[in-house]
Amino acid sequence: MKRRGMAGSLADHSRPQIERLERRLFLKQGLSVGALALLSGCELTDDESVQKVLSAMSRWNDRAQGWLFSPNRLAPEFPESAITKPFPFNAYYTEDEVREVDGNDYKLELSGLIADRKPWRLPELYALPQTSQVTRHICVEGWSAIGKWSGVTFRTFLERVGADLGAKYVGFNCADNYSTSIDMATALHPQTLLAFRYADQILPPKYGFPMKLRIPTKLGFKNPKHIVEIMVSNAYLGGYWEDQGYNWYSGS
Amino acid sequence: MLVHPLVVRVTHWINLLAVLIMVTSGWRIYNASPLFAFHFPNDITLGGWLAGALQWHFAALWLLVINGLVYVTYGIVSGHFRRKLLPISPRAVIRDIANALRGRLAHDDLSVYNAAQRAAYLAIIFALVLLVLSGLAIWKPVQLHALAALMGDYEGARYLHFGAMALLVFIVLVHVVMVLLVPRTFPTMITGRLRRAS
Repeated sequence: MKRRGMAGSLADHSRPQIERLERRLFLKQGLSVGALALLSGCELTDDESVQKVLSAMSRWNDRAQGWLFSPNRLAPEFPESAITKPFPFNAYYTEDEVREVDGNDYKLELSGLIADRKPWRLPELYALPQTSQVTRHICVEGWSAIGKWSGVTFRTFLERVGADLGAKYVGFNCADNYSTSIDMATALHPQTLLAFRYADQILPPKYGFPMKLRIPTKLGFKNPKHIVEIMVSNAYLGGYWEDQGYNWYSGS
Repeated sequence: MLVHPLVVRVTHWINLLAVLIMVTSGWRIYNASPLFAFHFPNDITLGGWLAGALQWHFAALWLLVINGLVYVTYGIVSGHFRRKLLPISPRAVIRDIANALRGRLAHDDLSVYNAAQRAAYLAIIFALVLLVLSGLAIWKPVQLHALAALMGDYEGARYLHFGAMALLVFIVLVHVVMVLLVPRTFPTMITGRLRRAS
């Protein structure tokens, strides 16, 4: 709303001017009261008690989505001709700030409820059985894009390292200081992929070199890139966006 | 004389609250990735940013759906829909809309809906059902894939969701204008009873 200067009208102290001003202020106040509920959407959301209710509902929605999730229901796969070109870049920073990871120095650290926590080097990861998928990536913002990812089924990897598959959460720390965590049921889904390639090429930095967890049953921000540490835990782990208010489960 | 049963009045006002939250938070969500070459002014949206809007949207979703289920169940079981919203014919709807535009629509007995009202209220129910179904398809395109396929998949469901919102908002605006033109209908939706004609 544009606010007009009142100095001019106040300089003249004749009654009609003031009455007009009062009427204008009254109208303005009336409008603000009427529109309060909508105009202050931001303040309303920040209110502590309101935020408490909204957070509780978000946790309730986590549970509802857990119940809706079917471990065997597959995300639709597409022909390669359906791939979106160019596949959009997306992160909490802009494309010119993409983190470059040195593949020679790279080590994937494991922690938490995992039997064999020895770090993994890239050649060892590339030697694991590889599979591909062409699936739709859906962003929490609403847009979607179809891409092709290749790598090892995450379940295979978790079994290989002796992770506690009965644990509740799997968390990820990334080279770009991003983090996220997912439920074990989704981690074990047959299409959840520890991906090393995009469109048959080693993942370029902008798509998450050296690896991205591709989860076609979750929104894009639940697909971490540049993973440097995987942890298995029974304690809730949160994540970069989740801690700021985005729904934790965010399944599709 | 009872014009509006208690269930209809209560669900009407809860629905108003739920729809207000859903539409204004939905506009904020739309703004994060607009389908068309415009966005909604942030001042008339709810949530402050995308995450806040999503929290409102997915919280009020339950209010909208549970309240809607109560209303629709009541409408069917009690015969309220059959008595009040039917019968309806295109010819009668067009006639009543034409009369309304000329300011000649008779509205003496508030307990009987004219054809334009019946069409409007049925369209609101239709739009809300479509909004919930397309919303479910957007929310769960994998788990509810059969539903999403029916809605033109994820991207199709987004357009359908927007279109149903536009239809809903349009009819609600007409509805509000009609209430302003025939103000004695307003207290009736609160008390359920008709004030003695003045």
